[in-house]
Amino acid sequence: MIPSFPGFGLGLRKEHYADFLDHRVAVDFLEVISENFMVDGGRPRRILRDIRARYPVALHGVSMSIGSADGLDRAYLTRLRALVDDIEPLFVSDHLSWSRIEGFNSHDLLPLPYTQEAFDIVCANIDRAQNALGRAMLIENPSTYIEFAPADMTEWQFIDALCAHTGCGLLLDVNNVFVSASNHRFDPIAYLDAVPHERVRQIHLAGHSQGDHLLIDTHDQSVPSSVWQLYAHVLPKLGPVATMIERDDAIPPLADLLAELSTARRIAAGKLEEAA
Amino acid sequence: MSLLAFQRDMRDWLLREDMAAVDRIGAAAGPGLAVYQNNYRTQLVACLEMSFPRTRAWIGEDMFLRAAVHHIDSVPPSSWTLDAYGRDFPATLAQLHPDDAEIAEIAGIELALEELFVAADSPAVGLDGLGGVDWDRAVLTFAPSIDLLHLNTNGLAIWSALIDQKEPPTPQYLETPDVALLWRQGEQCRIRCVDDAELQVLLKARCGMTFGTLCRDVAQLLGEETSMTLVGRWLGLWLSDHMVVAIDDREQAAPCL
Repeated sequence: MIPSFPGFGLGLRKEHYADFLDHRVAVDFLEVISENFMVDGGRPRRILRDIRARYPVALHGVSMSIGSADGLDRAYLTRLRALVDDIEPLFVSDHLSWSRIEGFNSHDLLPLPYTQEAFDIVCANIDRAQNALGRAMLIENPSTYIEFAPADMTEWQFIDALCAHTGCGLLLDVNNVFVSASNHRFDPIAYLDAVPHERVRQIHLAGHSQGDHLLIDTHDQSVPSSVWQLYAHVLPKLGPVATMIERDDAIPPLADLLAELSTARRIAAGKLEEAA
Repeated sequence: MSLLAFQRDMRDWLLREDMAAVDRIGAAAGPGLAVYQNNYRTQLVACLEMSFPRTRAWIGEDMFLRAAVHHIDSVPPSSWTLDAYGRDFPATLAQLHPDDAEIAEIAGIELALEELFVAADSPAVGLDGLGGVDWDRAVLTFAPSIDLLHLNTNGLAIWSALIDQKEPPTPQYLETPDVALLWRQGEQCRIRCVDDAELQVLLKARCGMTFGTLCRDVAQLLGEETSMTLVGRWLGLWLSDHMVVAIDDREQAAPCL
C-alpha cells in the first residue's frame, strides 16, 4: 500500500520556478509533469533537483498510455524509472486513458471503453509499469467527452476493480469527476461515494470551461464552487490526503494559487474536524 | 468492437477525420470527437509555435500556421514526448518553401538549440586539468551537446537579428556554404561558424584521432609552423568554450577513418 502524505501542494509551472527556488513557499509538496523532466540533462533536470532539495515532489505523467491495446513503450518506462530513481518522488501517477497506438501518439488523454477486455489490458499494463518502476503507481480518473454504449461497468467500478487487482492507488481528480458527470449525465456524488476511498492518495482540484456542447477540462481558471462542494463532500470519507491545485493554462501569480490552496486547507480542516 | 479496433478508429479520426470511424464509434459521440480533434490539432500547433518562435516571426503567423497544418496532416506524432514533434518541421518547411531556403535553416537552428538545451550534462575539462597531459597520445572527448549545421543561406544572421530584435538582413544564398557549431556551455546555448580547416580537425578529433596525429595531419597541409599556431588556437577555444569533457592519453586510439 502506498503511504499517505497529508499535505497541500501545487503543480510546479515554469512561471513560478524562481518563486519556489528563491523563497520558502508555504506548500507541503510540488507536483511536476514527469515528461518535462525525462530529458538527458540541462536546465530542466538541474531545476528539478534544486526543487527536490527544498520540497517533496510528486511525478505526474501524461504519456504512459496505460490503456494502449498494444502495450507500453519500453523506452518511456526506462526514462521514467531513471527520473524516479533520481528524484525519489512521493508519488508516481498517470491517467486512466490512452494516447498511443501502433506508433501514433496523439499526446491527448483519450477515453477508454469500460469493458472487461479493456480492464484486462489496463491491468496488464499497470502491472508492467509498476514492475518497471519498482513501486506502486497512482492512477487518475479522466475527464471524458464520449461514452461507450457497450460498457461492462461504470468508471468507478472499473477503477475500484483496477485498484484491487493491481495494487495501484487512486489520484482522485474532483474536477474530472464533475466534468465527466456533467458531460455524461451521471451523479458525481454517486461516483465519489463509490470509488475505493482507502486507495485515494492524492486529490487534484482544478477549473474547467464550457464548450459548445460539453464541459472541457481546461485547467485555465480557478477552482469553481461546484468542485469545492464535491471536495468537501468526499474529504471526510478519505481522511487527510495530499491535495493540490492543478493549473496548466492562463497561469496566475503564485499568490492566487496559494490563496486557492488556503481554501482547500480551510475546507479540509473543517470537514475533518466535523468527521472526527 | 475490440479495444484495438476502437483505438485504430480514434487514430483515424484524429489523423484524417475519417467519418467511417465515427460511424463505428457511434453517432452520439460526435460532439466529443470534435473536442478530441480540436485538442489534438491545437496542441500540435502550440508545440510547433513554442519550438520555432523565430521562424514564426520571420515568415509571419499566417504562413507559419499553414505550414504547421501541412506538417500535422503529413507527419503524425510518434514519440512519447511532444518535444520531439518539431524534429521534422525544418524538412517540411524546406519542402514547402524550396525557393526560400533560409526559412528551413532558421527552423533548423531553433531545433538544434532546443535539443542541445536538454542534452546530457558533462563537466568540461578545466585548464587546471591539463598538467602532465601527453599531448601526442591525447584523445579528446567532446561534450554530448555538440552539433553541426550546414548552412547555404544567411539564415544564421537572420536568426541572430531576430533574437536581438534588430532589422534582419535580406535573405540570400552564401557564396560558400557555412557550418555552424552549436554546443552548450553550462546552461547557455552557444553557436558560432567554423571555417573548413577547423571543421575538418574537429571532425577528426571527435572520432578519436590523437592530438599528435591531428597536428601532423594539419602540418602536412599547412606547414608545421602554421599548424602549431592553428591547432593550438582551436584547442584553446574548445577548452575555454567548455566543449572538451575528457582528455585521455593512456593508450593510442584507433586511427580515424
